[in-house]
Amino acid sequence: MCLGIPGEVIEFLPDQPDLARVDVSGVRRVINIGLLADDPPKPGEWVLIHVGFALSKIDEAEAAAAMQFLEGIGQAYEDELAALAESRIE
Amino acid sequence: MRYVDEFRDADTAHALAAKITALCEPGRQYKLMEVCGGHTHTIYKHGLEDYLPEQITLVHGPGCPVCVIPMGRVDDAMALAAGPDVIMTSFGDMMRVPGSKGSFFDAKAQGTDIRMVYSPLDSLKIARKNPDKRVVFMAIGFETTAPSTAMTVLRAAAEGLENFSVFCNHVTIIPAIKAILDSPDLRLDGFIGPGHVSTVIGCRPYEFIARDYGKPVVVAGFEPLDILQSIYMLMLQLAQDRSEVENQYSRVVPWDGNPVALQAIGETMELRPYFEWRGLGFISHSALKVSERYARFDAELLFSVPGVRVADPKACQCGEVLKGVLKPWECKVFGTACTPETPIGTCMVSPEGACAAYYNYGRLTRQRVKEATQA
Amino acid sequence: MTSDQQSAGVSEASWVRDALAVHEEQTAEEEISRGGHRGSPQPLPGTVREELVLERIDRARRARPRVKEERITMSHGAGGKATQTLIEAMFLDGFRNPLLEPLEDAARLRIGAARLALTTDSYVVSPLFFPGGDIGDLAVNGTVNDLSVSGAVPLYLSAGFILEEGFPVADLGRIVTSMRKAADAAGVQIVTGDTKVVEKGKADGCYINTAGVGVIEHGLDLGVAHARPGDAIIVSGPIGDHGVTIMLARGELDIEADVTSDTAPLNGLVAGLLAATGGVRALRDATRGGVATILNEIAKAANVGVLVSENDIPVRTEVRGASELLGIDPMYVACEGRLVAVVDGAAAGDALAALRAHPLGGQAAVIGRVTADPPGIVQLKTAFGGTRIVDLLVGDPLPRIC
Repeated sequence: MCLGIPGEVIEFLPDQPDLARVDVSGVRRVINIGLLADDPPKPGEWVLIHVGFALSKIDEAEAAAAMQFLEGIGQAYEDELAALAESRIE
Repeated sequence: MRYVDEFRDADTAHALAAKITALCEPGRQYKLMEVCGGHTHTIYKHGLEDYLPEQITLVHGPGCPVCVIPMGRVDDAMALAAGPDVIMTSFGDMMRVPGSKGSFFDAKAQGTDIRMVYSPLDSLKIARKNPDKRVVFMAIGFETTAPSTAMTVLRAAAEGLENFSVFCNHVTIIPAIKAILDSPDLRLDGFIGPGHVSTVIGCRPYEFIARDYGKPVVVAGFEPLDILQSIYMLMLQLAQDRSEVENQYSRVVPWDGNPVALQAIGETMELRPYFEWRGLGFISHSALKVSERYARFDAELLFSVPGVRVADPKACQCGEVLKGVLKPWECKVFGTACTPETPIGTCMVSPEGACAAYYNYGRLTRQRVKEATQA
Repeated sequence: MTSDQQSAGVSEASWVRDALAVHEEQTAEEEISRGGHRGSPQPLPGTVREELVLERIDRARRARPRVKEERITMSHGAGGKATQTLIEAMFLDGFRNPLLEPLEDAARLRIGAARLALTTDSYVVSPLFFPGGDIGDLAVNGTVNDLSVSGAVPLYLSAGFILEEGFPVADLGRIVTSMRKAADAAGVQIVTGDTKVVEKGKADGCYINTAGVGVIEHGLDLGVAHARPGDAIIVSGPIGDHGVTIMLARGELDIEADVTSDTAPLNGLVAGLLAATGGVRALRDATRGGVATILNEIAKAANVGVLVSENDIPVRTEVRGASELLGIDPMYVACEGRLVAVVDGAAAGDALAALRAHPLGGQAAVIGRVTADPPGIVQLKTAFGGTRIVDLLVGDPLPRIC
């Protein structure tokens, strides 16, 4: 349940306010953004696409925070590995 | 930022795995259920179980909306498709699901007009282009997909289309989770919560799991690191004796869900008093049908469907696999009578089902995998 | 409607009954061979039971193929499991002879002193014209490639046309021009043909059937059955271009992307490869069923394991994007101008260099190795570091929403 893919909003279709063209890794498709009527996405923003509809906006701040946490873990791990390696040279 | 590659970094995965292992109490076994078929798919596709310590078992839950459709309903859909001047439209997932007399694929081979679509809007397009035909959309999916069907019905209404209808098999996730929680033979420690369903219903509906059953829930994204991070968050809760609902997928899932989507569902659909789930039996208030106001788009009213129930075969042990009591290979008919080509029960029916995923992706024991990859 | 369902009218599925009957037979056999009592109630310990089940699946996979369906479905044409079963159970069984048995891309014949390769193909692609080429290009290149990967120098083609009543003559002209250009580029001649016309509604405009003949000049005995542990598996370029192009060109999915078919004649590429090293064990062109199908053919024919690494498999960004959007795996998507080579481990470097030196092989890459264990199984090491099995699909990869 739920193949949802992130895509970047490129442009709106001039005569159809409900529709927008999105880009997913260089592939473009027109999707319906009606479910985001309360807070429509602007070109350059990212949305989650499911069966031709945008279900949700991808919150850049939250994404950045998530990445920070993950990078932090990665860095801490690397630091630990480094420490472990150093401690062997005795 | 592309929001995909960043969440697939292998080094961070090792780091998370180490932290997860560190949180395991010596001698304790943990069973975590991932409800969502999409999560099962990611876990197998990326080989995530290789990262987890032996103490943690992932149980694959009933979150595959295709798998849980009973054979009788598939038969109904096939009967609809066979009607004169009918064009049946369906997602790819449904094409190979067998009813008692075969699948959409088989029917197509015999000349029935069944077309695969990527979006319900494509179905609408076919209806516009074929005014002399009656186009039926086979609507499946949890609350993730229901809003799309709802918006499509609203569109059809706005355009005054008279040859479009929906055969509604949308199901809702909470009753299924509750059915699992209420089963006496269950031993689960926590839930990896559905990701995309939650964009629609939000995180509040899961609060009863933490509050009334004392099990932690973490709403998870679909990239491998999302799932590993969610497992880490679950293990942290367990280690700290907490049971709360947390949102790992906050970049996509709003805590309160999507009100516009919920409103569209509320306008065009109603809860059925009960619905049969393959493998889980009848569950009350667990499925949607087209609302009275939009009855002219309800295929079940416009056409007559046989409505004959086809019971789950007695040999099928899907119920126990779904609840995490049995692993796929522990089912007596796994791999013999029940294979991806002849799926007896829901767990084998779609690639997301626990048994199909195991058969296709995860068949080797960890030992042989280690040997092979080190060679 | 639903209230009726709860009470009366419960029926059973006959195919389920049949499948269970087979299961009963098999379990009875197992019990006898293990010397146990029938219906022994003792549950077996965890790992022992899992091993048994894995063995069972293995045996089922090696069992004699039977076509269970009563009618042909699209799966039978997709290049996956259903196709293989049909070929083995129907055609191989029906026509059986030693020349057919290898089931390679072309048959290898000895006529007098000459060693020849003979192949045949049919082209039913829709749409007929797509970014990167048309059915005519496919017809010539596809046939040339089947001969090339059999180690033959392609020489002569036949072209049989089945035309639909109402098909525009101008379109036929375009196709013929493409075929002429493709034949010239490949250095082959179309020396005989046939024309049939069928009523409107059949033949999707135009079907083309070809046969090709080439001469085998080297002494190599190529074949996937010769793969050995330690061999390297090389792919000549990015995968999935053709299949994704066709899917998008059908226009039903409303997806725009800059993908074009990779249709191309591979005889030059193959010649360069075979000249550079004697260590080539097998060559296949990756058409329907994709690279995954070929890897499985190698594993099965040689009874070896195959281990490939996701990070090493070249896929164009747009192809990956479209595949993600649709939920399909590029490993199973058709190519029309790519080859898969199984090469002695020691010769991998030379092979790669030779491929990369050719314009069609610029992005050639080693994607994995042949292993001794587990035999018959293809594994993928994911970009993430985990492992999973790459099995044959039953039919086409279908777009999914879940």
